Amino acid sequence: MSAIRFLVNGAPAEVDVPGMRRLLDVLREDLGLTGTKEGCGEGECGACSVLLDGDLVDACLVPMCQVDGRIVRTVEGLSVTAREPGGLDVLQEAFLQFGAAQCGICTPGMLMAARAYLDAGGGPDPDAIREGIAGNLCRCTGYQKIVDAIAAVAAGEVA
Amino acid sequence: MTTRTMPRPATSPERSAPDALVLETGVTAPGRARGFPLRREGPAKLTGAAKYADDLVFPGAWYGVTIRSTEPRARLLAIELDPDVDWSRVVVVTAADIPGENLVSAIKEDQPVLVPVGGEIRHHAEPVALLAAPDRETLRLLRAHIRLVTEALPPVFDPERSDHVFAEYQIGGGDLETGFAVADLILEGEYRVGHQEQLYIENNAMIAVPAEDGGMAVHGSLQCPYYVHKAMMKSLDLNSSQARVIQAETGGGFGGKEEFPSIIAVHASLLAGKCGRPVRMIYDRHEDLVATTKRHPAIIRHRTGVMHDGTLVAQDIEVVMDGGAYCTLTPVVLSRGALHSGGPYRCANVRIRARATRTNTAPNGAFRGFGAPQVEFAMETHLNRIAERLGMSPAEIRRRNAYELDDTTPTGQVLRESVAAQEVLRLAVEASDFERVRASNQAAAALRAWGGAAGVGTASEGQVARLHSGPARTASGIGLALAWHGAGFTGSGEVHIGSVASVELTEEGRVRVLIGSTEMGQGTNTIFPLMVAGELGIVADLVDMAPVDTAFVPDSGPTVASRTAMVVGGLCIEAARRLRAEVEARHDGKPFAEVYLADAVLHGATRIDQRFEPYPGVTFDDATYRGDAYPAFGWAACVVSVEVDLDTAEVSVRDVVAVDDVGRVLHPILCEGQVEGGTLQAIGYATIEEIKLDNGRYLNDRLATYLIPTALDAPRMTTLLVEAPFSGAPHGAKGVGELPMDVGAPAVIAAIHDAVGAWVTELPATPERIFAALDADAGAPDRRIA
Repeated sequence: MSAIRFLVNGAPAEVDVPGMRRLLDVLREDLGLTGTKEGCGEGECGACSVLLDGDLVDACLVPMCQVDGRIVRTVEGLSVTAREPGGLDVLQEAFLQFGAAQCGICTPGMLMAARAYLDAGGGPDPDAIREGIAGNLCRCTGYQKIVDAIAAVAAGEVA
Repeated sequence: MTTRTMPRPATSPERSAPDALVLETGVTAPGRARGFPLRREGPAKLTGAAKYADDLVFPGAWYGVTIRSTEPRARLLAIELDPDVDWSRVVVVTAADIPGENLVSAIKEDQPVLVPVGGEIRHHAEPVALLAAPDRETLRLLRAHIRLVTEALPPVFDPERSDHVFAEYQIGGGDLETGFAVADLILEGEYRVGHQEQLYIENNAMIAVPAEDGGMAVHGSLQCPYYVHKAMMKSLDLNSSQARVIQAETGGGFGGKEEFPSIIAVHASLLAGKCGRPVRMIYDRHEDLVATTKRHPAIIRHRTGVMHDGTLVAQDIEVVMDGGAYCTLTPVVLSRGALHSGGPYRCANVRIRARATRTNTAPNGAFRGFGAPQVEFAMETHLNRIAERLGMSPAEIRRRNAYELDDTTPTGQVLRESVAAQEVLRLAVEASDFERVRASNQAAAALRAWGGAAGVGTASEGQVARLHSGPARTASGIGLALAWHGAGFTGSGEVHIGSVASVELTEEGRVRVLIGSTEMGQGTNTIFPLMVAGELGIVADLVDMAPVDTAFVPDSGPTVASRTAMVVGGLCIEAARRLRAEVEARHDGKPFAEVYLADAVLHGATRIDQRFEPYPGVTFDDATYRGDAYPAFGWAACVVSVEVDLDTAEVSVRDVVAVDDVGRVLHPILCEGQVEGGTLQAIGYATIEEIKLDNGRYLNDRLATYLIPTALDAPRMTTLLVEAPFSGAPHGAKGVGELPMDVGAPAVIAAIHDAVGAWVTELPATPERIFAALDADAGAPDRRIA
């Protein structure tokens, strides 16, 4: 084992773990960032989606040896752009207003997928949004309100 | 969204004043959702702060795992621990360690917590032993060193060949023979549906924590805290206060966390009791798929007599459900299935025979719709086939037969109010432009047939252009279905349960709702403060929800059957009215809002416990199955548009118009969310969700092989809500959770038929089944997929 250093939500982190330990377990158990969820453990559901150097990845499929020196962003890091400390960012606010979160277990991963879509310049076209979040399963909403919320943010309709 | 309010009955409930400022769709206001309060626990869920069971930290906790059978049926002769392995660092629990009864039961006492040595293993994933270790690696290594010695027994997989009947019902009225004798046409059909997994994204999870008094607390993902509480008392031999159940944030349930969490809670508690420390039982997806309850597979046979004008004159219906290895809630699922099997249609002569039997697969249980989606798929598909034979539009045959006020159901129930079948049908047909789109699809099909027969017939330039334009090699179809869903528990269920809900003015001057009903995403935490605040004349922000912990909240009955808003919500409104009256009486009748703070200072806390009272005029005889099977019904219509790939028979569901009558819309966004989510579960049921079996073992036992719809598979949805209030509930609400699940699948099947001309009679409509249906359907060769 050797120390693995990386940035999580802007803060430096150093963990001494086996290289094949999952990023998901390091986030949840070693760093206490339980906002990232496990739904299947095999990259099918997207509940553990995080951003790794800005790319959307399933944290259950990422071994820590691939995280050394890189930048990780989780749902806990989204609200750093909120207007008030501990508040919601524009995407979280849109999800709340549109009713895009029900049981909430897919929501952190869904938000990260939406963030990646918007950061890549994605617009309000519903079909493009559906493509962008196709790796993230939701069993509650039927996706309609998630697509609507992301489209509203892409169109600048949510302050 | 549009909400349409039906004319109210004479005994119409007063609309309670919701804390709402209604805005148009698409208009947002800070801190509000279209004018309504935002989801209570939304910010916690959106920031990752909400704590689900697996997010909870208990220092020193061990990890627990279940050792399961790998055979569908066998005699358990011994459980052997490898003598070459050091077992001193772990704990092993077998049936011999259970201090109370070795039973986890919902209705019948047939399911063991753990199969005892000498006992019978009845399914592939049956719990036989439990193991807990300080870390996951030890757990993983040692579980492979526990060996089950068994003697195989012959399994039964066909529910029609099983000789063990869990439940059987016969319902009917009129004279079947006379009905068939006068019929112009008699049509028979057989319909089949398989297992469906609830597939909440959070797997089942429970953490047991031993208490100093010898009791046990569990923290978990669950729908029904008092089911778990009862199971713990029975198997762990605890009294009411020693057994404590605390709901963690719950990541979806859909029925899958109704009865199943009881057994996990007992398993975790047994391990925690033996090792004297907290034990985490967190299922992974594979274990959740192989071991937890599914929707009951069913075989439904219809023989229907109909007149040339479409009037139904005789319905003979047989329903067979596969209960799996243990009874669980099967008799109640079957009961609802039987009662809904004739569909929302008037028919004078009806016989419904239903039975559920035991087979050697994991027990089937509660899943949104609870027996109704299976039978309503069959009825709606059958009715569409009858309409086709009569050359009648699917909308027209429904208009001619759908229930109206004062019609009588097969149990003799007279529908005296709150009947919106015609209204939801009309709105769905209009909003989807159903007849015009259907005519256009049929023209396109005729044109395809003409295109396939080179040189025959004539076509306009426009027709030729259409043949060669647009997405190549696909056919469009539109389908319609109508459904009813009995509101709340079947028959005398509510009377037997006698639920309690409480509203309290606390000594700090807050209002608190205490209910055993759980939030699992549907919006309980948001609508209850709204309902109570409306009665008290205060804003919803002043109303708190007590945490769901059996140490504090009363037994409000299980969070099931779409009954929470209707029944428990009704109790809370009554409790709030009593609280308001009591407080105002102490202050010369001044409004509650003006005096409640002073009242709290002067008089301390005031708590009102409201117990369920039977709805006036609603009676049901459980022995004869005559009377009011449900206090009221919800009504739903669904129109689905699909595209079918003419080379591969793959189905894409493009658009849905869903129209649901829920009695009263308490929060439009949450209500639409229920309709949209339920509709997509129904579309998954119709198209891709399937479990194949090999000697009783599920082959689709991972998320890579059990597929649910993604955002790309999901259609655009338009939801229209209708309000036909139920006078027995103070707010008129009838529930919404299950209704959309009943109606989506048959609409998809009808749309596939409209596109390609084949009736798929077994769900899901996989490409293989569509091809098979086309091959079998020699009557419509002109619409074959090439």
